[in-house]
Amino acid sequence: MIDEISEEIATKPVVSEHAGDEKIGVKISVKDLDFFYGSTQALYNNTLDIFGNRVTAIIGPSGCGKSTHIRVYNRIFELYRGQRVSGAVLMDGHDILSPDQDVIELRRKIGMIFQKPTPFPMTVFENVAYGLRLHYKVSKSELTGRVELALRDAALWEEVKDKQGEPGLALSGGQQQRLCIARAIAVEPEVLLMDEPTSAIDPLATAKIEELVEQLKSKYTIVIVTHNMQQAARISDYTAFFYQGKIIEFGRTKQIFTKPAKKQTEDYITGRFG
Amino acid sequence: MSTALDKLVAVVRGGGKVSETTPPTGRADVAFRWLTAACALLVILIMAGMVVELFYNSRLSLKEFGFGFLWSTDWNPVLQKFGAASSIYGTLVSTILAMVIAMPLGVLTALFLVELAPPGISKVVGAGVELLAAVPSIIFGMWGLFVFAPFMADHVQPFLQQWLGFLPLFRGAPLGIGMLPAGIILALMILPFITAVSRDVFAMVPSVVKESGYGMGSTTWEVTRKVTLRHGIRGIIGAGFLGLGRAIGETMAITFVIGNSHQLSASLFEPGNSIASTLANEFTEASEPMYLSALIELGLVLFFMTVIAQMIAHFWLNRVRRQMGDGL
Amino acid sequence: MIPRSARGRMAVDRTIKVLSTFFSLLALVALGWILFAVLARGMGAINLQFFTKLPTPPGMAGGGLGNAILGTGIITAIATILGVPIGLLGGVYLAEFGADSRLATATRFTSNVLMGTPSIIIGVFVYTILVLPRGQFSGYAGAVALSIIMLPVIARTTEDMLALVPNALRESALALGAPRWKVTLGVVFRAARNGLVTGALLAVARVSGETAPLLFTALNSPFWPESIMRPMPNLTVTIFNYAMSPFADWKAMAWGASLLIMAAVLVLAVGSRIVFRQKST
Repeated sequence: MIDEISEEIATKPVVSEHAGDEKIGVKISVKDLDFFYGSTQALYNNTLDIFGNRVTAIIGPSGCGKSTHIRVYNRIFELYRGQRVSGAVLMDGHDILSPDQDVIELRRKIGMIFQKPTPFPMTVFENVAYGLRLHYKVSKSELTGRVELALRDAALWEEVKDKQGEPGLALSGGQQQRLCIARAIAVEPEVLLMDEPTSAIDPLATAKIEELVEQLKSKYTIVIVTHNMQQAARISDYTAFFYQGKIIEFGRTKQIFTKPAKKQTEDYITGRFG
Repeated sequence: MSTALDKLVAVVRGGGKVSETTPPTGRADVAFRWLTAACALLVILIMAGMVVELFYNSRLSLKEFGFGFLWSTDWNPVLQKFGAASSIYGTLVSTILAMVIAMPLGVLTALFLVELAPPGISKVVGAGVELLAAVPSIIFGMWGLFVFAPFMADHVQPFLQQWLGFLPLFRGAPLGIGMLPAGIILALMILPFITAVSRDVFAMVPSVVKESGYGMGSTTWEVTRKVTLRHGIRGIIGAGFLGLGRAIGETMAITFVIGNSHQLSASLFEPGNSIASTLANEFTEASEPMYLSALIELGLVLFFMTVIAQMIAHFWLNRVRRQMGDGL
Repeated sequence: MIPRSARGRMAVDRTIKVLSTFFSLLALVALGWILFAVLARGMGAINLQFFTKLPTPPGMAGGGLGNAILGTGIITAIATILGVPIGLLGGVYLAEFGADSRLATATRFTSNVLMGTPSIIIGVFVYTILVLPRGQFSGYAGAVALSIIMLPVIARTTEDMLALVPNALRESALALGAPRWKVTLGVVFRAARNGLVTGALLAVARVSGETAPLLFTALNSPFWPESIMRPMPNLTVTIFNYAMSPFADWKAMAWGASLLIMAAVLVLAVGSRIVFRQKST
C-alpha cells in the first residue's frame, strides 16, 4: 500500500523527490482541482497529496489561492453562491466532493481554524462543548471530561481551568485562538485546516501555537496556510508553493527551502518577489 | 462669576466637529450657531410643553379620581365617572398579542432574507417588507375592517373555536372584529420594524464566525440559533421594546377593528378598546370639562407607557452597544 | 460517545428553512392583499368629479372629494414649510456644533422619544395649545401637529447625513476663508443633498397618511377650504368618517380616498428611495 503511494508520488512532475522510506499514508489526495469565483478561475489543475500525521504548509504570495485551496477540503466554500469547483479530493480514498458526501460528517472529520480567532458568543466551556453537543449524545460528566481533555490538548487548560464559565471573548487573542483549536479537536477530527492561524496574534502567542502544532501532529493531519516562510520552515514536514492558483512545487520542507527545483520557488523564498 | 447665561453658552458650545480648530468668528457665524441651537432646543421645548399641557389639562380628572383612575373599570360619561382600566387592558392585550406574533415572524423573515434567500429574491421580499411599513395606519384600518375582519369571521375564528374553543381566549361570537384581529393587524404593522433590526443584527455577525460554525459541521439553523442569534439577541430585544412602543400608541388601524367597547373580557373574540382608540372615537364628542379631562388623562397614561418602553429600549441598546463594541 | 444522527438535525434545519420562507412570504402576501383590496375597491370611485366636486349627501349621485384633496394638500404643504427648515437647522446643530454638548445629547434623546410618541398624543397636545384657547378647530392646528411629527425625523436624518460628509471638505472650504454658515449651507448641504432630500420626502410621506393627529385639530369639513384658521377638509379624516357611516356610497368614496392616499404615500416612499440610490452611484 505504502509502496504504491510513493510510486505514484514519484511519477508526478511538480513533486520533488521523496524519501521512499516514509512510513506514512496519504490522507488527502487532491486531483486536478479547478476553482471558480463566478467566471474567474482561481485554482488551476491543483494536484497534491497530504500525508497523514504530518504538517503540510501551504505558502505563496497573497491572492495566490492558498486559502481557496484548503476551503475546498471541508466544502466551506459552498456557503457562497457562484463558487464552483471541479476535480476530485479523495479523503481515505473517498471523493468528498461527490454529492453523496455527508457535509456535516465531513466537517466533523475536518476541523478548521481561521485567521482571526472566532470564539462563539458563549462561555469557554460552552465553546468547547459546542461541537461535542452537535455531533454526540454525551452525558454531563463525559462532557466535562472531554472539554478538559480538549483544553489540555490545546495547551490551554492551565490558563483557563478556573475561568471556564467566563465568556470566550474575554480571553486574550492568543488564548482565543487556542480555544478555537480546543473546540475543533474536541470532536476528534482527523484533519485540522489552519488558515493563517497566527496572522492576527502577537509573536509570543504565535510561538505557543507553533509549539502546539508540533504536538498535535501525532494525532492529526495538519494543513497550515501561512504567509510567514520562517513559520513554514519551522513547523512543517511538507511544503506546497502556490503561485497564481497553480501549485508550482511540492515536496519535503527541508528540500523546498534548501534546494528548490523551480526558479519561481527559489525567487519567492529568497524574497525576490511576493 | 458664572451667570446663568454663561452656563447656557457653555452648554450650547460643546465641542463641534471642526469648531475646536476654528472657533466661530464674525457676527453672522455666531448668529447662525445660535439659530441652529434654538431649533434643536425647540424639540426639547415641545416635549416639555407636551408633558406640562397633558398634566395641566387633565387636572380635573387627576383631582377627582386620583390613582384609582388607573384601575377603575367605570367609563360613564352620563354619570361623569371615568376609569382607564378597560382601555389600558385593551392596549396591553393587543400589544402583547402583536409582539407574540411579530417577534418570531420578524426574526424568521430576517433569517430568510440574510441567510437563505438568493440575492434576487431577498431584494424583492426585503423591499416588500419595507413597503409594508409605508402603508398608512388608516389603510390598515380600512383593509382590516372591510376585508380582513370578514375573512377572520368566516374562516379563521370558526377554525380556532373548533380546535381551541375550550380555552376562554377563544369564546364568543366570531364577529371578525375584536382583540385578536387588532393584535394581528398590529403585528403586521410592526413586523417590518422588527425584521429590519433583526436583519441588521444578522448581517453584523462577522462572516468568519459564522464560517467557523459551519466548519464545525453545524447546519444553517444551528449556526443561526447558537451563534448568530446569541450574538444579536440583545439587539433584537432592544428592537422589541422599540416595536412595543410603536404598537402601544398605534391608533387608526386599531380603532377600525377593535370594536370599541368599554367591556373587559378574557376572550380575544370580544370587542374591546385601547387608549388610542378611545381617544380617537370620543375626543370630539366630549362636551363636559370632566369628560375631556379624563380623556386627556388617558392620553397622559399612554404617553408615559410609550416613554417607558422607549427609555428601556434606549438604555438597553446603549448598554448593548457599549458591551459589544465593534462586534455589534 | 454515541454519535448523533445527522439526519434528525438536517430535518430540523429543513423544517426551519421552509418555515422561514413561508413566513417571509406571509408579509408579501399581506402587502399584496392590502394593495389589491385598495385598488379593486377604490378604482370605482375615481373619476374626474372625484377630484373636482364637493361631497354630496348620502344617496345623492355624483359628488367628489375635491375639497378634501385640496385641504390635505394645504395642510401637508404648511407642515412641510414649518417642519423642514427647523428640522434641518436642528440637525445642523447636532452634526456641526453640538457634538457631545449637553444640549445636543438632550436633543437627540428627546428626538427619539418624540419620534416614538403616538401621533394621537401629539394631536391632543396641539388641541390643548391651539384649539382649546381659541375654541375653534383649524387647518393651521392640523399643520402644526404634522410638523411636530416631522421635526425630529428630519433633525435626526439631517444629522446622520451631515455626519457622512468628510471633514476634509469642511476644512478645505474654511481654509479658503469662507464663514462657517456659508460652508454649511453652501458646501456641506450640497454634498449631502440627496440624503437630505430623501429624509424630507420620507417625513412628508409619513405625515401625509396620518389621521390621528388631525382628528381634533383640523377636524374636517364638507366645504371648500376658506381659511387656515377654520376647520379644514382632509382626506384621511374623511376616510374615517365615511368608513364608519352606514352609507354604501360614502364607503365607496372612502375606498377611493384610500386609493389616492396609498398611491401618494407609496410614490413618495419609492421616490425617496430612488433619490437616495442616485447618491451611491
